[in-house]
Amino acid sequence: MAIDLTQFHPVFFEESLEGLEAMEAALLALDPDAVDQATINELFRAAHSIKGGSGTFGFAAVADFTHGVETLLEQVRSGKRRFSVALVEVLLQAVDCTRQMIRQLQRKNTAPIPELATTRQRLDALLASADVAVVTPEPAPGERQPPSVTPAACAGWQIEFVPGPTILRTGNDPLRLFRELATLGDLKVKLNPVELPSIKTFDPESLCLGWTLTLDSPCDAAQVAEVFDWVAQESHLRITPRTASPAQSATDSDATPDLAAAAGKPEQTEKPEKAEKAEKAEKGEPGSIRVGIRKVDDFVDMVGELAITQSMLCELGNDFTLDKLPRLLQGLESLAQNTRELQAAALAMRMLPMGFVFNRFTRLVHDLGQTTGKKVRLNLLGEGTELDKLVMEKINDPLGHLIRNAIDHGIEQPQVRRQAGKPETGTVTLNAFHQGGNIIIQVQDDGVGLDCEKIRTKAIERGLLAASDSPGQGQLIDLIFHPGFSTAAQVSDISGRGVGMDVVRCNIQALNGSVDVSSVAGQGVTFSIRLPLTLAMLEGQLVRLGSQVFVLPLMSVVESLRAVSGPLRRVAGDFDVVSIAGEYVPVVRLCELFQIAPDSQGVVDTVLVVVEGDNVKAAILVDDVLTQQPVVIKSLEAHYRKVEGIGGATILGDGSVALILDVAGLLQLAGIRRDLFSRINANKEHAA
Amino acid sequence: MATILAVDDTASMRQMVAYTLRSAGHEVIEAVDGQEALDKARETPVDLVLSDVNMPVMDGIALVRALRELVQYRFTPILMLTTESDSEKKQEGRQAGATGWLVKPFNPEQLLAIIKKVID
Repeated sequence: MAIDLTQFHPVFFEESLEGLEAMEAALLALDPDAVDQATINELFRAAHSIKGGSGTFGFAAVADFTHGVETLLEQVRSGKRRFSVALVEVLLQAVDCTRQMIRQLQRKNTAPIPELATTRQRLDALLASADVAVVTPEPAPGERQPPSVTPAACAGWQIEFVPGPTILRTGNDPLRLFRELATLGDLKVKLNPVELPSIKTFDPESLCLGWTLTLDSPCDAAQVAEVFDWVAQESHLRITPRTASPAQSATDSDATPDLAAAAGKPEQTEKPEKAEKAEKAEKGEPGSIRVGIRKVDDFVDMVGELAITQSMLCELGNDFTLDKLPRLLQGLESLAQNTRELQAAALAMRMLPMGFVFNRFTRLVHDLGQTTGKKVRLNLLGEGTELDKLVMEKINDPLGHLIRNAIDHGIEQPQVRRQAGKPETGTVTLNAFHQGGNIIIQVQDDGVGLDCEKIRTKAIERGLLAASDSPGQGQLIDLIFHPGFSTAAQVSDISGRGVGMDVVRCNIQALNGSVDVSSVAGQGVTFSIRLPLTLAMLEGQLVRLGSQVFVLPLMSVVESLRAVSGPLRRVAGDFDVVSIAGEYVPVVRLCELFQIAPDSQGVVDTVLVVVEGDNVKAAILVDDVLTQQPVVIKSLEAHYRKVEGIGGATILGDGSVALILDVAGLLQLAGIRRDLFSRINANKEHAA
Repeated sequence: MATILAVDDTASMRQMVAYTLRSAGHEVIEAVDGQEALDKARETPVDLVLSDVNMPVMDGIALVRALRELVQYRFTPILMLTTESDSEKKQEGRQAGATGWLVKPFNPEQLLAIIKKVID
């Protein structure tokens, strides 16, 4: 029976990458002078599993490479080697290399890894170094070569076998050994004369017998010894050739696929060509998720309850009479309850704790600190806060960018900090918490803060601001998100690779989120990213326009107002604006954009829903505001094509389809630009 | 066919072992560490235990010791899945009462051959 090992490869890759991540985190956190045994064990176990797995699944190069890592860690574990900064650095490099090797295997990429050779040399150098009490691991006492066996094979063997008295208690049965020997040739078993203990002292669980075995077989001594491998240590065993036959060649035993051979050399158990076969299966792999048993158990519980409700309703339906109406209503209510809970439980399975993403940045901060010569500490808060896996993956890059910026531009050099009366070590804090149906992720540094003057100068330079404008601090800071504002003057290899803050904002908006920034000079900058908990559902505000129902993400709704009686003002020739709490807000007429006939012709009788997207406010004119409810998002792109201003679609309770408006896209479609309105309002503030 | 308890904290190895044994017709119970294995072994009688050595919570050696304490597992075959670098572990496992070992890396055929040896 051939078993296709490639089916286990994806699991192996995933767990190896996780193991490497754990190793990296442990290495970054440890203090070489005071390492606790638990950390060492964890490191060793991770390296050990990767080595074992790669050997089993036929990735010889990985097995070979990680063998060195494992050996070093084993030496540390057994107290033969001490941790040093150099060792940690080499191990970190080795983790990087292993990760690259695994990733390449995952992608069927065979490009050479440039760092591999140097890392390998450093590993070997360390292994060869005398920093270790016992350089060559001595064979364990039990690892002696099989007892007194002449190397030459012969026509048969005489075996003296007196097992230790406790052999039975280890689950070894002499009969099994005899049966196995019999597979090698013709076996004669003779019980040695033995004096049995008296019935009073007789212990039925102890063995007090010995045998002389005669094996008529051309097999070689190693094969015979192998049969006794497990019990050799506590038994008296002597294997002697019966008739010498020096012609026996060693190749015979080599051809036999025995375990001793496999143990002797960590041979590749799978041929590399086999790996290629898996290629088809791997293509378009949708990724997998690990879900805690409890979440699955909860889910199963709820499905159970749903089944109970279903059978109850079914029974009611079989012979329904009107007097059963209260029970029907009760049943429907439980059904609604079950559905809600089931939905929540299903969504919870997609949720992962933020720690998954946060912990990845420990390394980034460590490395950036080294390159910039700054002292930086990463402070993680709210790691247990859960977020949809998909959202989490997509927030990774923007977060990385913000952290790079914080260290590159925010945190000062140690001496500057000392002069400013701050601790030498700067702190970058990542925080995550839930607020309403959203998650807020903050990236906070205690550096210099944003330089408003510099931003102003730059904005004027780039024509984003007129020299006469005097925007408020908030609006000024907001300019850093403007495309083309990338602070080219400060390009370094850490940040400012042409990827500006506008990309960060775009990425976040693509997730239906928003980003805010606040800065205090001398005390640092805080970026707050607000994201929906999941991309699969959203809290929606249903609005009606003519016969159509639209869904607005509740997150972008600021307020809803009965339309004001006064006429709308027309500015800049193109827009109607409405003044709300002293601020001019552009009005979007959905009916014109989507060419729908509204119920109400004038502005009176309509409702203004004030929304905010891309940091621009707008008032959308609709006929009516309906309920708020969670809606399941169906992709429009998957079923039709991308439509500007529409984020997706959903199916409402009555079975009709409603489009979900994408506020930022909608405002763009309506031609409302942020700079224009921020300027209008800035001038107004100025005038006031 | 036998009921076999497969213990390994590494999912890929455990799945490989379990899949191989199941395709040979055995009943397989899986556990991710010694403690879970012990709990499951108490609950369901098994004919053979295959256990990794290095595991969190309770390692393979401790599992062997704990199983041998249980009257129903005094003579049950228990095989350790070790690597060469664990040569001392082999003997430590034996002292604790393990029946024998299977050296990683091994392939499904080798695994089945050794299982066949221990149970018939």
